[in-house]
Amino acid sequence: MVLLPREQLCSRGAAAWGGALLGTEMVNQLWQQQCDSFCSQNYPLYIRSVPTENELKFHYTVHTSLDVVDEKISAMGKALVDQRELYLGLLYPTEDYKVYGYVTNSKVKFVMVVDSSNTALRDNEIRSMFRKLHNSYTDIMCNPFYNPGDRIHSRAFDTMVNSMMMQVC
Amino acid sequence: MEWRRSYGRAPKMIHLESNFVQFKEELLPKEGNKALLTFPFLHIYWTECCDTEVYKTTVKDDITKWQNVLKAHSSVDWLIVVVESDAKKKNKTNILPRTSIVDKIRNDFCNKQSDRCVVLSDPLKDSSRSQESWNAFLTKLRTLLLMSFTKNLGKFEDDMRTLREKRTEPGWSFCEYFMVQEELAFVFEMLQQFEDALVQYDELDALFSQYVVNFGAGDGANWLTFFCQPVRSWNGLILRKPIDMEKRELIQNQEATLLDLRSYLFSRQCTLLIFLQRPWEVSQRALELLHNCVQELKLLEVSVPPGALDCWVFLSCLEVLQRIEGCCDRAQIDANVSHTVGLWSYATEKLKSLGYLCGLVSEKGPNSEDLNRTVDLLAGLGAERPETANASQSPYKKLKEALSSVEAFEKHYLDLSHATIEMYTNIGRIRSAKLVGKDLAEFYMRKKGPQKAEVYLQGALKTYLAEGWALLVTHTRKQLAECQKQLGQIENYLQTSSLLAGDNHLTEEERKRFCQEILDFTNQQAENQGQKVILPMHSFAQLKTLHFDPPNAVVHVGGKLSIELTLLSQMPIPVQVDQVAIHVHFSIEKNSYRKTAEWLTKHKTSNGVISFPSEIAGLPLSRNSLPALELAEMYERSPSDNSLNTAGIICKNAHMLLRRQESSSSLDVPSGLTLEDGAHVLKCNNLTLEPGDNKITFNIQAKEPGTYTLRQLCTSVGKVQFVLLHIYPIVQYDVYSQEPQLKVEPMTESLLAGIPQKVKFTVTTGHYTMKSGDTLQLSNADAMPILYHPESKAVIYSNTREKISESSLRIQSSEKITSISLPVAPAYHVIEFELEVMYLPSATESAVEKGNTINKENHRKNKEKQKQDNCMATVDQKLNPASQQVVYSKQSMFFVWELKWTKELPLSLQCLFSVSFCPATSEEQSLTLKPFTYKFQVENFFTLYHVKTEIFPPLDAEYCKTGSLCSLEVSITRLVELSEVDRDEALTESDGYCTTKLMYEVVDNSSNWAVCGKSSGVISMPVAPRATHKVHMEVMPLFAGHLPFPDVRLFKYLPHHSAHSMQLDADSWIENDNLSVDKNVDEQADSSSVRSRGSLHSTASGEHKGLPMPRLQPFSPGQVFNSSTGMQILVIPSKDDHVLEVNVT
Repeated sequence: MVLLPREQLCSRGAAAWGGALLGTEMVNQLWQQQCDSFCSQNYPLYIRSVPTENELKFHYTVHTSLDVVDEKISAMGKALVDQRELYLGLLYPTEDYKVYGYVTNSKVKFVMVVDSSNTALRDNEIRSMFRKLHNSYTDIMCNPFYNPGDRIHSRAFDTMVNSMMMQVC
Repeated sequence: MEWRRSYGRAPKMIHLESNFVQFKEELLPKEGNKALLTFPFLHIYWTECCDTEVYKTTVKDDITKWQNVLKAHSSVDWLIVVVESDAKKKNKTNILPRTSIVDKIRNDFCNKQSDRCVVLSDPLKDSSRSQESWNAFLTKLRTLLLMSFTKNLGKFEDDMRTLREKRTEPGWSFCEYFMVQEELAFVFEMLQQFEDALVQYDELDALFSQYVVNFGAGDGANWLTFFCQPVRSWNGLILRKPIDMEKRELIQNQEATLLDLRSYLFSRQCTLLIFLQRPWEVSQRALELLHNCVQELKLLEVSVPPGALDCWVFLSCLEVLQRIEGCCDRAQIDANVSHTVGLWSYATEKLKSLGYLCGLVSEKGPNSEDLNRTVDLLAGLGAERPETANASQSPYKKLKEALSSVEAFEKHYLDLSHATIEMYTNIGRIRSAKLVGKDLAEFYMRKKGPQKAEVYLQGALKTYLAEGWALLVTHTRKQLAECQKQLGQIENYLQTSSLLAGDNHLTEEERKRFCQEILDFTNQQAENQGQKVILPMHSFAQLKTLHFDPPNAVVHVGGKLSIELTLLSQMPIPVQVDQVAIHVHFSIEKNSYRKTAEWLTKHKTSNGVISFPSEIAGLPLSRNSLPALELAEMYERSPSDNSLNTAGIICKNAHMLLRRQESSSSLDVPSGLTLEDGAHVLKCNNLTLEPGDNKITFNIQAKEPGTYTLRQLCTSVGKVQFVLLHIYPIVQYDVYSQEPQLKVEPMTESLLAGIPQKVKFTVTTGHYTMKSGDTLQLSNADAMPILYHPESKAVIYSNTREKISESSLRIQSSEKITSISLPVAPAYHVIEFELEVMYLPSATESAVEKGNTINKENHRKNKEKQKQDNCMATVDQKLNPASQQVVYSKQSMFFVWELKWTKELPLSLQCLFSVSFCPATSEEQSLTLKPFTYKFQVENFFTLYHVKTEIFPPLDAEYCKTGSLCSLEVSITRLVELSEVDRDEALTESDGYCTTKLMYEVVDNSSNWAVCGKSSGVISMPVAPRATHKVHMEVMPLFAGHLPFPDVRLFKYLPHHSAHSMQLDADSWIENDNLSVDKNVDEQADSSSVRSRGSLHSTASGEHKGLPMPRLQPFSPGQVFNSSTGMQILVIPSKDDHVLEVNVT
């Protein structure tokens, strides 16, 4: 496995985003809740991107990626439920980013957008990040004061996401 | 041929093609040769020598020389073929059959490898021998060839690996290695092992990628720097030729750029994939390749002229697509759009950026700088390749044309975009389609074609709104606003602007700008006197709460009502508003209860604040507008017998929940924004709405009675009106009109007689205004005078029960009428006052009164209890306490008197009971209360009969036992003579005797005894004192213990006066089961009818209708003395009873 040294990344990051320490890494997490059959909902429960300069572009990217998520889910629907893999894999690559997907059994979708120049992030890393997110999300759902379907405003969740995004850069 | 391979690879059937070439020493591979395709795998020496002499002289030498050459080149793969022919043999007679040339050759050369020499006999003859030898030869040839091939291939692979391992050494060259491994791939391809060939390329691909990544990480290989040379040519992938020799040469000569290498590598992969019939993988890999190349160039920091990569990607995309189209039919392509659409989309994107780069997407067209850039880009494309030069269209031609002019670009770009959108839509990737559509809209906007852009923007906006993506909504709205502005859609533009002005995803400056746009419009429009523009309110401001004062929102005619609105202004700056108006719908409500003062006072609890659900910004509308489930129980009863047929739950608002999502037009601009024209409008003029919450108060003077429903809210800013079409939940206020009312109610639960108590008078003025001199007239009741207190005060309350004032009452009383002059009070006020009244029980009424009633007074002074005797009786007073007694509500009080008389008995005693009383609280009251008197009469107080009951155990027993019969003896004794009054009872005077008839009845209500036989009967009693009549009957105790005696009751039995003959009828009429048993006719008054006294009484009452019936009359209390009342007898349990039951009483 090849790891890119941080200096390299940060210097490039400095050129592109004005010296943000978080540099080139962009990870967006996003939740959509989907109700079944007649009302399919795909509004974001939580979105976060680092750095924030290009946020709009990420929103567009993530929104478009839902097409592929839907496609994959409906293809998966035919498979047995208990054997289903939650990780959807690479949804589609773009010139600059890779978009990965994950869907829980209750059809909450997680989407992660990663700078494609970051070669340190292989499938396994992405997978474990998703699992971490899923765990944290489960914690939120366990909160009796959280209304399922509401936007997520949780400090614990923010911290977790932040640490994860720091880690991967 | 089956091919077995090393490293445990599965055997495969292969097709090995071989060329036969004449042996030349130069052709033999030199040391370090890497060419495998042209490698001589097997050397064959052909001879048809059949002469030993000739063999010895020439052939042997020749073979030796040949073998030496081979050995020199370390080639061990050879074969000697000896062609024999019978014809030749015959000519040469000196040939020894046993030592043939073959044997000689075998001897000379093939030591231990006898199979290296093959005989081919008579190859041209069609004989079985010849056939056999051919077969043997070919088999041998194949085996040896394959053997050699395998061996050499293995060696080649080993060499290649060794070479690969050396890659860290300084002089290592990727290009060299590339050629080696490609050679292997060629071999596999030749063997039609495309899979293996592909693996070779994939390995090369991965190796190269790894190097690039490592280079990016600072670990650069020397040879890689060569690939970092600036990109000068960007003519795209070439996939039409199986091998692009031009590029291959570049690689071979180490002159290839990164793009060259990648292109060549991909073209080979593509070729192999298409051989493998996997065209969809081509498209997928192509997309990855293109992305990857762009990334790699960035990573290697290769200098690329602007737009060059776009050209390369664009050409490559189209090339791949054309290549795929070339090998698939239409149906296949249509079915696999999802694989190719990415390339289409990528090509569109690239063409777009090229267009922007070259100034083709502007109104004015490209400037000179743009043109220069275009020329440079076109130069980098080079000349069109010969294979497509003559085709009518090719990626090259397309790009060149597209960049040639604004019009051509537009055509090509639109074609591509539309194709992409259509494909996305077809496979259901709506969001992707919308994104491409948005790009298209941007293009149209640049081209000043807003009318075309609008459709796409609206479509995208609708999707984003529906899915609740706030940031995307904001961005798209901004574009749409610009578009609408250009289109001159004033209403739509203003609406979008208002939405944007209230959008907190925008910066403060942007919001202010949009807000200013609206304000500018309103100002300018005001001058022009144009048409009013009506916009929905929710973007401008939100109605949060509404507060009524009075809180219950009910007001009388002429009353004042205020409504306070809380309006949340979404605008970033204060907005001067001309008018805020509420349009009200008026209806005359039939149900007038809501409009009464009573309702008003009862519904004081609501605080009068109505909250309106606020729209949660950002959440999709579909989620917001979806109402909550309204469920209700449902019972269905059968119409005939009202029994329950079905029970269930129904959803009341299913029509709202289950409608199709598309048809929910909440996302659309509401076109039917119309203001209701009603006469009732509440207005509030000239306000300034600050950002945030604003409170607006409307004051209403209620006029017509009825129900007013607030329907619409309208805010006018200049000529722009922001309208809230429906105020929901429904808000109403009521105006009522009421007639004057008087209500009189006692202060206590009930009024008591004799003492003064307060009664509350409530006068509700209603719409009437009390003027000075208005009086309330009450007709006096004799029994209940109104007691006048000079300090009586009337309190005036407002409609909302607030105390207004107090004034004294003037009361004038005449004999018949009490008139109370009421204080002056405005309409819809309440006058309340209290008056004392006292109920005087008059003498006539007192007879009706019962003793108990008067006991209810709280306190009573028991001054006097008097028994007024007519003449001879004296009353002993000592039995009752003489002092005062306090009596509480619901308490009973008893008095006991003993009467003694001296003279003859009076038939009745006239008595008068008199008691004086006063309330305990006001003992010293000056008010003189009359004592209460009660007159009554005491009759029938003499004891006429004495009844004695006795129970005897059976003769042989000492005690009564359960279950055994005992005898019951009732003796009835007459105590006095028949009085005058009762004379008519003594009817039976048949034998000079004068008797009265009595009926007795033995009843045991506690079922301790079973009465055997008759329990009742009629007896004749002589009219003489001390006359005794005894009755015997059998009873059986049912329980053990001290059992109380059964009751014996006595009644007067009065036969009917008129005729004895009728008695039979009466007897026959009476059901009598015991008739035959009874000897005594007189006792025929049956027991069954007597058992139920009620029925007998009804019989008695039936006498009045003329039925000749005997009747029963009970004695007055005291007339019969039962001396055995309360007596008990011991009953012992019977011995053989298994169950012991003891009754303790």
